[in-house]
Amino acid sequence: MAETLNREEYKGVYVFAQQVDNEISGIAYELLGKAKELAADLDTDVTAVLIGSDVKGLVDGLAQYGADKVIVVDDPELKEYRTEPYAHALASVINEYKPEIMLVGATAIGRDLGPTVSARVATGLTADCTVLEIGDFPLVPIPGKEDQQLHKQLLMTRPAFGGNTIATIACPYNRPQMATVRPGVMQKIEPVADAKAEVIEYNPGFTPNDKYVTIKEVVKAVSDTVDIMDAKILVSGGRGVGSPENFKILEDLAEAIGGTVSCSRAVVDSGWKPRDLQVGQTGKTVRPNVYFAIGISGAIQHVAGMEESDLIIAINKDEDAPIFDVADYGIVGDLNKIVPQLTEGIKAAMAEK
Amino acid sequence: MKIVVCIKQVPDTKGGVKFNPDGTLDRGAMLAIMNPDDKAGLEAALRIKDETGAEVTVLTMGLPKAADVLREAIAMGADKGILVTDRVLGGADTWATSTTIAGALRNIDYDLIITGRQAIDGDTAQVGPQIAEHLGLPVISYAKEIKVDGDKVVVKRMYDDRHHVLEAKMPCLITALSELNDPRYMTPGGIFDACEAEITTWGRADLKDVDDSNLGLNGSPTKIAKASDKVRKGAGEKVTPDSPEDAAALIVKKLKEKHVI
Repeated sequence: MAETLNREEYKGVYVFAQQVDNEISGIAYELLGKAKELAADLDTDVTAVLIGSDVKGLVDGLAQYGADKVIVVDDPELKEYRTEPYAHALASVINEYKPEIMLVGATAIGRDLGPTVSARVATGLTADCTVLEIGDFPLVPIPGKEDQQLHKQLLMTRPAFGGNTIATIACPYNRPQMATVRPGVMQKIEPVADAKAEVIEYNPGFTPNDKYVTIKEVVKAVSDTVDIMDAKILVSGGRGVGSPENFKILEDLAEAIGGTVSCSRAVVDSGWKPRDLQVGQTGKTVRPNVYFAIGISGAIQHVAGMEESDLIIAINKDEDAPIFDVADYGIVGDLNKIVPQLTEGIKAAMAEK
Repeated sequence: MKIVVCIKQVPDTKGGVKFNPDGTLDRGAMLAIMNPDDKAGLEAALRIKDETGAEVTVLTMGLPKAADVLREAIAMGADKGILVTDRVLGGADTWATSTTIAGALRNIDYDLIITGRQAIDGDTAQVGPQIAEHLGLPVISYAKEIKVDGDKVVVKRMYDDRHHVLEAKMPCLITALSELNDPRYMTPGGIFDACEAEITTWGRADLKDVDDSNLGLNGSPTKIAKASDKVRKGAGEKVTPDSPEDAAALIVKKLKEKHVI
C-alpha cells in the first residue's frame, strides 16, 4: 500500500466498547486493561468508543476499567447491532480522531465490524490476537538499513493455521493499527470506583441506504447455564461421548463436582450441543482450574482453546489421542464406564468432608 | 438470478504445516481441501439453484492447482468456475486478497455473493466483509439460514447469545457458517461435467479498478514480523488403569491432591 500517510498524526489507543442491550460486554473491559498497558508504553492515553442508542449511562463503567476518554456515538439507528450504521459510526470516529491503535473484540460483532471498518479506512487488521505489545518492526534491523527500522509499533501475535503456529504481525505503514482480540485472553484491571473519563459526544449523521439491512426478528438464546468462560471447572465432551443423550453422564459428573458442561466443535457440528458451549479456536477460549476432556481426541483447534487450563484431565479410549499430549493426567479407557464411577467417587469424597 | 460463491482451497491443517523462508505458508507442500465454511456456502447456493434455477459461479484465488476446488464445486453442481491466479498476487493479506477478489467480481453480474465465514488456515473471517466493503454491498456475516424472497434475502444471522433475522436487498454479500447445511456429494455426472468444464483463468490484467499498490505481498498493510511453530507444554502422566473403579479412584486422588475436592 502507499506509504504516504502521516503516521505522526495518529495518536492514542482506542477500544471499541462493545455493548449489547445497553450492557457493556466483558471483552470491552478486557481490552481497556490491555489498552492501558499499551498506552503506558506509548506515553499516550486510552479512549473508549461507545456506540449505541441511549448508552451515555455506560460511560462511568468504562472509566472505572481504564478509559481516560469516552467518545459516545448515540443515535436511535444504533439500537441493535447492524454492520452498516455501526461501521459508519466507528469509521467516522477513526477518520475524525485518528487513533494510533484501534482494538476490537473478536466476537460475532467485532469480527464483522472490524473487517468492514478496516477496509473502509484502508488499513490492516489482525484477527484474534492473543498477545499485543509495543516493539520494533522489523524485529531486528536489516543490516545497512538500520534507519528504516520503525519503533513503537504494535506487534500483534496470533495463532494461525489451525493453531499449529503463531505469527507476530505488524501494520507498519498504515494507521490505525487494528487488531481483534478474543474474549478471555486479556485481563481487566481492578475497577477504580471514582474514576471519571472525559466524555466527547460525536454523531456523524446516519442516513439509511441499501446497506442498512432490516432486522425482522431478534431471538435471544434462552440459556440459564453459566458462561463456560467463567466456569472454574469444565466437564467437556467430544464426539467420543457418542450421542446427545449420553451427555447425561457428563452432566452428572459436572453436578457432582460443581462444574459446567462444555464440548468440542465436533459435538456442535453434530447438533448435540449449542455453539455457546464450544471450546476451541472457533469457539471459546477457556482457562478453568480443572478441565476434563472426555472423549475428545484433541484436535489442535480444540487444544488452542483450553491448553491454558490449570489442570487438564483427559479420558479417552484411544491411547494415541493427541489430547494426551497436553493433559496433565491422562486415563486410557472407556468413558462410559469410567465417568459414572468417577461421579460416584467424587460424591463419596465430598460426603467425607 | 446469478450467484457467485467465493471458495478457497485450504491446506488440511490436520496434516501439519510448512513454511516458505519468508514466513508465508508453503501451500504447495500440503494436502488441499475445499474450505468447510465455503462448502456450506456453495451448498446454500446450490439449494437456491435447485429451487429457482439460479446460475452458480464459483470463484477462487490461489495457485494454479486451486482449480481443483473449482472442479469439485462444478461436480457438486456449480455451473462455472473462475480461477484468479498470478504471481504478483501472492503473499496477500486479507486487505490485498479482498481487493483482488473485488477486482475480479467487478467483471461479473451477480445478485448474491456468498463466501464462507472464515477459512481454516487463516481463521480471520475478514475477507468476506472486506469484499463487500470494496464493492459497496451490504454484508450479512455468520449466516445459519439463507432464503431468497424476490429481490431480497432473509438470513438468520448468528451472534454469541442470540440470532437476528435480517432482510437485505440484493445485491448483497453473505458469509456462511459450516452449520448452515450438510453439503452434497459430487455426482458421477457432475464429475464428468467437471472434467469437461472449462475453467476461466484471470490474472492481474483482468482485475478491474484495482491499483497495483493494493495487491500481493507489497500491497498488504499487515506484515509478518515472525512466524514459528507453537511451543506446547509437554504431556503429563498417562495411565491405563485395570478397571473403571481404579480409573475413578486415580482421578479422585489427583483432584484431592490439587485441593479441587
